[in-house]
Amino acid sequence: MKDQIIRNSFRYSFERSLPILIGFFPLGVAFGILMSSVGYNFLWAGLTSLIVYAGSLQFLMVSFFTDETSLVTVAVMALLLNSRHLFYGLSFIETFRTYGPWKYFLIYGMSDESYTLLCSYKDREGVSEKWVHIFSTALLMIYWSSFSALGGLIGTWIPFDTTGIDYALTALFTVIFIEQIKDSPTSFPGVVAIVSSVLCLLLLGPEHFLLPSLTLSVAVFILMRSALEPRISSGEE
Amino acid sequence: MPLSVTRSLLIIAICAICTFSERLFPFLLFGNRKVPPLIRYLGKILPMAVIATLVVYCLRHIDVASFSGFVPELLATAVTAGLHLLKRNTLLSVVGGTLTYMLLVQLVF
Repeated sequence: MKDQIIRNSFRYSFERSLPILIGFFPLGVAFGILMSSVGYNFLWAGLTSLIVYAGSLQFLMVSFFTDETSLVTVAVMALLLNSRHLFYGLSFIETFRTYGPWKYFLIYGMSDESYTLLCSYKDREGVSEKWVHIFSTALLMIYWSSFSALGGLIGTWIPFDTTGIDYALTALFTVIFIEQIKDSPTSFPGVVAIVSSVLCLLLLGPEHFLLPSLTLSVAVFILMRSALEPRISSGEE
Repeated sequence: MPLSVTRSLLIIAICAICTFSERLFPFLLFGNRKVPPLIRYLGKILPMAVIATLVVYCLRHIDVASFSGFVPELLATAVTAGLHLLKRNTLLSVVGGTLTYMLLVQLVF
């Protein structure tokens, strides 16, 4: 019975991971190609993806590898670029509490993509939420590392022009956003976040707006809590 | 390789530790006690806000001063959203939007 549930959970996780498999392919390969172009072979690309497992930071790391960036700068940039991850765990504190040591694996593997996959989990017959989370996280990590290593292997020998293929990530987030709007009783949080991020982007520029924008959104949500909370909760329980 | 193996491994270790600490932070803060209602409320409301912010983040290099600076993104995002509203098939929407973007930046602009 338990084995059956684990098997079902794996199949369900695999199905749900396929769009991200497609989304990861161009990005992982692009990262591997970039790494090989600065002299780091496929093992370095695969290793970095497996250990760091944070897409946008890894692309920034390629520039760390090419010049004498101080290690303090590396740490500060890593913390700033990934600061949105400070918020991700909030959604799972209670869910992960009963998961034992697996909890740390799930936290370690919580990239943007696995976060969205975990957030969009809906209960279904015959699967276990815990195992779906574990398999989803592991699959995404394997995809990302394998594609990175593959990119390192093929290097610059790609027979077609890949310009623009990085748009896949934008498309993926757009689709996830639409899904969230359809599933949620209110799209107000999304509207606040878009207004706030466009505002911060215009004021602060493309490299520095992310954290201020998220902070501003959180401030708005806290101020409007009494009005918003009943609307958020009305869709569940 | 421009840097030594030791220094390269050090960079990877620092980035990994910083990333993991940030992912772990909320769990360390509220790990063993009841999550305050305010935090639970934020946990419910934030996923949509974060994804919306990431969409804007992905499109942050848009430049409205020239056609080639925003038309490919605009059209590709319209195709992605349009396909998704019509068919609601994630794979189809992502592939359709990405192909549209690649064709536009490679052949048109």
